[in-house]
Amino acid sequence: MAKPRLGVFKFSSCDGCQLSILDAEEELLALLDKVELGDFLEASSASVGPPYDVSLVEGSVSTSEEAERIVRIRKESKTLVAIGACATSGGLQALRNWSRLGLFESAVYPEPDVARALEKALPVSNFVAVDFELRGCPVSKAQLLQSLASVLRGAKPTLSTSAVCFECKRVGNACVVVAGGTPCLGPVTASGCGALCPSWGRGCYGCFGPSDDANMDSYASWLTAHGVDRHEVGLLLRGINSQSPEFRKWVEKND
Amino acid sequence: MTRRVVVDTGPLARVEGEGSLSIVDTGTGSPEVRLNIFEPPRFFEAFLRGRRAEEVPDLVSRICGICPVAYQISSLNALEGLFGVEVDGQVRRLRRILYYGEWIESHALHVFMLAAPDFVGAPDAMAMAERDPGLVKEALALKRLGNSLMSAIGGREVHPVSLKIGGIYRAPSKGALSSLLPELDRLRGSVRNMAAFVSSLQKPSLERESTLVCLHDPSRYAIDGGEIVSNSGLRLPPSSFEESFEEYQVGYSNALHSRIRGGGSYMVGPLARFNLNFDQLNPVARAMAREWGLKPPLKDPFQSMLVRVLEIVHALEEAAGEVREYVQPVHPSVPYKPKAGVCHGVSEAPRGTLYHSYAVNARGQIERAKIVPPTAQNQSRMEDDIRLLVPQIMESDVDRARRLGEMAIRNYDPCISCATHFLRLDIKRSPA
Repeated sequence: MAKPRLGVFKFSSCDGCQLSILDAEEELLALLDKVELGDFLEASSASVGPPYDVSLVEGSVSTSEEAERIVRIRKESKTLVAIGACATSGGLQALRNWSRLGLFESAVYPEPDVARALEKALPVSNFVAVDFELRGCPVSKAQLLQSLASVLRGAKPTLSTSAVCFECKRVGNACVVVAGGTPCLGPVTASGCGALCPSWGRGCYGCFGPSDDANMDSYASWLTAHGVDRHEVGLLLRGINSQSPEFRKWVEKND
Repeated sequence: MTRRVVVDTGPLARVEGEGSLSIVDTGTGSPEVRLNIFEPPRFFEAFLRGRRAEEVPDLVSRICGICPVAYQISSLNALEGLFGVEVDGQVRRLRRILYYGEWIESHALHVFMLAAPDFVGAPDAMAMAERDPGLVKEALALKRLGNSLMSAIGGREVHPVSLKIGGIYRAPSKGALSSLLPELDRLRGSVRNMAAFVSSLQKPSLERESTLVCLHDPSRYAIDGGEIVSNSGLRLPPSSFEESFEEYQVGYSNALHSRIRGGGSYMVGPLARFNLNFDQLNPVARAMAREWGLKPPLKDPFQSMLVRVLEIVHALEEAAGEVREYVQPVHPSVPYKPKAGVCHGVSEAPRGTLYHSYAVNARGQIERAKIVPPTAQNQSRMEDDIRLLVPQIMESDVDRARRLGEMAIRNYDPCISCATHFLRLDIKRSPA
């Protein structure tokens, strides 16, 4: 049987999620042995090109060229996986979506290149159908390898989207909110990081975006009742996954 | 006048981010050389405005997945300087080990996965592994060690979470760091074979005079801070950076170019550090340089890959020493109060000097941010190198011309993702 052809593509991003593939050092050669590399510009100058059995897409769509390119890649890919916060929610650069400096304003730019920027930096799913999303800033290497293994076998990966709190309890951390009074997005953020920030004695800042059962209104009320300023809650949500519907709606209503 | 495209690489492979190189023979005797950077801008400097100072290290880290620590450290140097924070000596040591980890990870990625394939005629490291699996596996082990150092201190290798203004959220135990020593010590030995491989590669050459700029720290081969120095006698505190260097825009690049005010292009990065701080390289790395006949002044950018290997050796030696001397601090961080003012911070990212400046208001919010990454500073230099190579490129067949052009760009290990995220949102409002 022919090896499945893999494409790895970068849009507006920091390269960190693609790097997570290369960071799979020990597993990397074994993984790449199971696929035919169709395109992975950061790692290889060889390009077989489309069609791709599986495409991994990093980054948000933030220019008209990118909007055209993602449509093309979708057409050329059997399965398309969006990897990382930029691809799944727009990422940190999507903060400009709220900016009064929005590019749609009656503004004149000295640079034509800038003018090509879309008004907003948006997730891949705003433009094309996405088969599967891997959250995180960066993605979890374990989730990436596990999901890729499933996808390459034609199975749909399953990932837990329960809150960070569950992971945090499992690793036995003292709660940073209850014991330390530190604002933490753990109760409303999807797991996957292994409760990294609370394990390092700090509050979660929401790299993996909202958990499935996130009740933002309820948690925000609890935080404000415990002395956290509303604006501070807003700042926490206006972070890496600010454009996820659950986070965005709360900010638009309350901050 | 006829214009003939000599080289148009299309999207460059094996660099971080999106760019291309074009060389056009204009028929005038001076070919047009352009490093086109089409990576979209992400406007970091714009959205940092209004954020709290304490959020800055987490936010700026997202500029680059390959050198997040550099961004965190330059921002901490700036903000801690302004707030008058004295960070504990052991915490400084942790930050340095973290930074050495980043140098090892980033340099190993560049040397063995992005650059070396060019010199053996392979499209990528995977193809190199088919010919020499032992070498590539060991290079990956080296990269992994860099990542392990980063995770042990930062929590994870891409976008570490542990650094904060005032120190570190949690200091790892002595045991957690020491557990990395066996692999660290093993690689201190086996790196010699990898280094021998890199030194044996046939490289093109390009002897040229360059203005070299890097940091100088009297106590060590500069990494986590220092004064700005050059081979033309410049010596400045970080606060004077903008008095001596300026950024300017060119139409075909989404990243600002840099030049010395009243002067021309300059080079930052490993070659600059090697030439200006050679005496401070770890003795093991210096001895290796001598074996290869490398000493300052080293002018050929094609030697920069070898210098990166020397810096890997240096980082391994220094990290091993620092891990052995580490004592877990009692107070991993000290309290501070934000203060209004303007501040400046620098450090040596794997690709060169990284400058940050922030204006902070009395509420501890960022009012203005300016970040000048190494790749942006090197852009003009890369184009200058290509101009000098044009005669060789013109004589070559299409494939070799393209490869030579790409190799000359890869000498700088450009991180285009970094370089581009700074295009400032300069808005000229149209009259109402």
